[in-house]
Amino acid sequence: MANIISNETIEYVGILAKLELSEDEKEQAKKDMGRMLDHIDKLRELDTEDVEPMSHLFPVNNVFREDVVTNGDTREELLNNAPGEKNGMFMVPRTFE
Amino acid sequence: MNRQGASLAGRMAGRMGKQYETVIGLEVHVELAAKTKIFCGCSTAFGGEPNTHTCPVCTGMPGSLPVLNKQVLAYAVAVGLAVNGTITRYCKFDRKNYFYPDNPQNYQISQLYLPICRNGKVEIETKEGKKYVGIHEIHMEEDAGKLIHDDREDCSLVDYNRSGVPLIEIVSEPDMRSSEEVIAYLEKLRMIIQYLGVSDCKLQEGSMRVDVNLSVREVGAEQLGSRTEMKNLNSFKAIARAIEGERERQIKLLESGQRVVQETRRWDDGKRESYAMRSKEDAQDYRYFPDPDLPPMVLDDVYLEEIRSRQPEFREEKMARYKEEFDIPEYDIEIITGSKHMADIFEAAVAFGSQPKKVSNWLMVETLRLLKEKGMDPEDIRFSPENLARLIRMTDAKEISGSVAKEVFEVMFDQDVDPEKYVEEKGLKMVNDEAVLKRTVEEVIAANPRSVEDYRKGKERAIGFLVGQTMKAMKGKADPETTNRLLKELLNVVEEPVGVIGSYNPN
Amino acid sequence: MDILGMTAVSLGVAIKNKEVTVREAVKAALGRIGEKEKEYHCFVTVDGEGALGKADEVQKRIDEGELTGPLAGVPVAIKDNMCTEGLLTTCASKILGNFIPAFSSEAVRNLQKAGAVILGKTNMDEFAMGSTTETSAFGATKNPWNPAYVPGGSSGGSAAAVAAGECFYALGSDTGGSIRQPASFCGVVGLKPTYGTVSRYGLIAYGSSLDQIGPLCKDVTDCAAVMEVIASHDPKDSTSIERKDLDFTCALVDDVKGMRIGIPRDYFGEGLAGEVKKAVLTATKVLEDKGAIVGEFDLSLVEYAVPAYYTIAAAEASSNLERFDGIKYGYRAKDYKGLHDMYKKTRSEGFGAEVKRRIMLGSFVLSSGYYDAYYLKALKVKALIKKAFDQAFSDYDVILGPVAPTTAPKLGESLADPIKMYLGDIYTISANLAGLPGISIPCGLDKKGLPIGLQLIGDCFNEKKLIRTAYAYEQARGVFGRKDGRQDGKTV
Repeated sequence: MANIISNETIEYVGILAKLELSEDEKEQAKKDMGRMLDHIDKLRELDTEDVEPMSHLFPVNNVFREDVVTNGDTREELLNNAPGEKNGMFMVPRTFE
Repeated sequence: MNRQGASLAGRMAGRMGKQYETVIGLEVHVELAAKTKIFCGCSTAFGGEPNTHTCPVCTGMPGSLPVLNKQVLAYAVAVGLAVNGTITRYCKFDRKNYFYPDNPQNYQISQLYLPICRNGKVEIETKEGKKYVGIHEIHMEEDAGKLIHDDREDCSLVDYNRSGVPLIEIVSEPDMRSSEEVIAYLEKLRMIIQYLGVSDCKLQEGSMRVDVNLSVREVGAEQLGSRTEMKNLNSFKAIARAIEGERERQIKLLESGQRVVQETRRWDDGKRESYAMRSKEDAQDYRYFPDPDLPPMVLDDVYLEEIRSRQPEFREEKMARYKEEFDIPEYDIEIITGSKHMADIFEAAVAFGSQPKKVSNWLMVETLRLLKEKGMDPEDIRFSPENLARLIRMTDAKEISGSVAKEVFEVMFDQDVDPEKYVEEKGLKMVNDEAVLKRTVEEVIAANPRSVEDYRKGKERAIGFLVGQTMKAMKGKADPETTNRLLKELLNVVEEPVGVIGSYNPN
Repeated sequence: MDILGMTAVSLGVAIKNKEVTVREAVKAALGRIGEKEKEYHCFVTVDGEGALGKADEVQKRIDEGELTGPLAGVPVAIKDNMCTEGLLTTCASKILGNFIPAFSSEAVRNLQKAGAVILGKTNMDEFAMGSTTETSAFGATKNPWNPAYVPGGSSGGSAAAVAAGECFYALGSDTGGSIRQPASFCGVVGLKPTYGTVSRYGLIAYGSSLDQIGPLCKDVTDCAAVMEVIASHDPKDSTSIERKDLDFTCALVDDVKGMRIGIPRDYFGEGLAGEVKKAVLTATKVLEDKGAIVGEFDLSLVEYAVPAYYTIAAAEASSNLERFDGIKYGYRAKDYKGLHDMYKKTRSEGFGAEVKRRIMLGSFVLSSGYYDAYYLKALKVKALIKKAFDQAFSDYDVILGPVAPTTAPKLGESLADPIKMYLGDIYTISANLAGLPGISIPCGLDKKGLPIGLQLIGDCFNEKKLIRTAYAYEQARGVFGRKDGRQDGKTV
């Protein structure tokens, strides 16, 4: 395997992705990610020096909406699925220490 | 404002023999005055109950998709052009990924790779003279929701009413060297944006938010020092204090052989100190990538020309024109054009037929006084120019007295009443009826023998007091000219009745 | 009358002719579901009550002449990653295990406007990440042709439900082959439209630049009819395209004379099972005999499609799935210390292994220092692949190949080796990278009695060429599977 994924990398990606892996999962993730990156490294064989990256497929541009209020109050529907709710708001663990 | 900072820095310079230069760049967020949010048809109006201005898009519901508000792009381009920037003809939105409860998708739609504008500049003027501050870029993005801290249940509550409100972020070059320059730059930006009608730019209310990037270096050094970013700055004064505070803190660190850590700090203006907003859960790696849900914007010459043609007359041009067109003092011009809203009121009132000088007087004296008294900005003025013009006409036509006019103006200032109707309803029209006035004047003379005595002894000023007393008795409605004449007639009748009356023929 | 043996369009005709009521059709499907669900597990949610209630309402509107379309009253199944107002929508994930949307996806609304009756929500790979429907948090779906085998994925529930007669047609979504491959494994017809043809509004995103909704049907005619209903320009989806050529049923013409069919040599090399190759080439001969002009060519870049695809899809997925955080909807962990711990526990407990694997990869390829080397590189390769297709379509109307290298694998065989599983998508993912339409149509059975699929890929906006070619082939091939029309290998 050309790509060796370190413990630090897995920890770091876990922080970015908000995933907490068990020790076993971490070992598996290191292996999986290393193998995937080996596979992805195949792309390096291609010379893409003068190629524009294609983020959007079709030349569809300038899709806009008029600045007109179309939405009303749908708070009840919004909060229906909330795991925690208080006073019409979503309840979350405190964000300030 | 910065005496303490300057003296402290001075002491340090004295001790170590080093002189430091402060290098400041700003990130200014401006809330755009669009009616709806940037990517959905929810209202941007303030003051709704929590989460009542929301929809699946601005609350990150699964399956929802963003659609760009046309007006947001037009506003951003207008600001870009006004700060002499280069508009990005092929422009995209990117996702900025970070987890926080006020950010419902856990990514913010913003711009990194192809922001709407680059390489702008604005000219500022301080005591040191004129200079340019470069604008690195302007990008469009969505605002976050609001977090309310609930101490009773030890939790936070999320309101997404502000989530998705359109913002532009104006990133300056690190071209500023003092808080004076920072304030001058901010005032200039605010002026431009208010003139464009793109935002009201109120720091206290958060429609303009300023983050200060600051570093210090020894005078003459070429390399920039490590910088910190200061947040939570809610007034120009707080900004100035934070700059002085941070400058001192960094110099102190350097002088004691320590390093300045590149970090984000929160300014506590009450305590006059800042603290690091650190979290090990915060990797500051935003993994930006082009948002696949939003097609690119391609801006052609026709579009830019259309925006350009709609640009307003900016302050400098307006000042020059006022000097040409209106016979009002330069100082008045400066104050009036200092607020686009005030200038609009001025011009509209003049267009309704009022004399420029009179409009200017009402704005410069009574309006400024009331604004100051109520702690308001010129942008908060609510009375219509039409009503001001009516009030001026009524005063000119002597339908109301000067004191009544002031009284009516105060009501107008608060509630924008129609002065004609108001005067009619309250019965404030000037009283010109000689019989009524004469009776009151006689009563005043009878009640104030000392003043009458004084007047007769030659103290001309005493008559002013008597006029005032008559006015008071008439609740300000007495016609001052008639009152004056009647007083003189009645006071003089004892000594030279015939002559005075004879010499006082109004016809 | 054998209601279950009918195609969607023929049932629609029978309902219009008052030979079958909508209620009878719904009851027949529900009966079949009751009979077979325990074994196949095609659905996450069956909404029998809702469907029967809707049946009477739709019947009334048909009787009053308000609903006249070909699909009025025909029961349908919807993949569980499309929002349905008031009806549980889970993406086959624990993290959305209790999510009830407040709105329906645009494609579903279009179906409802046409008088469709929704039977329920079909099983899938969790968040559409997988090729076997085994990564569902609610258990795997079995292939109705042989329940020891997978139905393919990620729209495995939809494909299996159509094959098992548990619905008359279904909607699926295709990010890297997720309609075409399960259609192939289950012996049904599946079409992935040109990107932007069916609104993505209400489709819970996996890879936003690749996702498209499309039909899984018993035959090509049904596919064309469903496409006419679900395709629309939707102002709520900025990537939705305004098209004037949505009359797909016009292409149901049994004539391929002069149709230029390109066979990419790269699609018939190493890794392709002999039986699959033989069946696909036999089908090619059928089309050639009907007057199509068949030629071989080198598509090139085929081996780069999988790595480019997984980089882009994982990156977009890592961002799209950030919103599942335990705050606004869905699962929230029970025990946690503070905000960030809540995020981590909720997501770690709420997502399955394959989803986590892709989120980790996607976060990595976008992270500071790797963006250019991986993500940007993949976007450049995508541009090259698109160019290769543009080149091919200057010579050919349709590209023909297999859908997958093999027929359906056995349950439990694929997940152990993710890369091997990813490579199974090699023939389908290019169409997603380039935004092209593709159709999968059954063209034979292997020795195990499992269906083999033929894939046709068209240039952007050329669904009609695909439909025409597939229809002509289907006419020549005749009824697939059992003689009674049920596309279900098992005898009753």
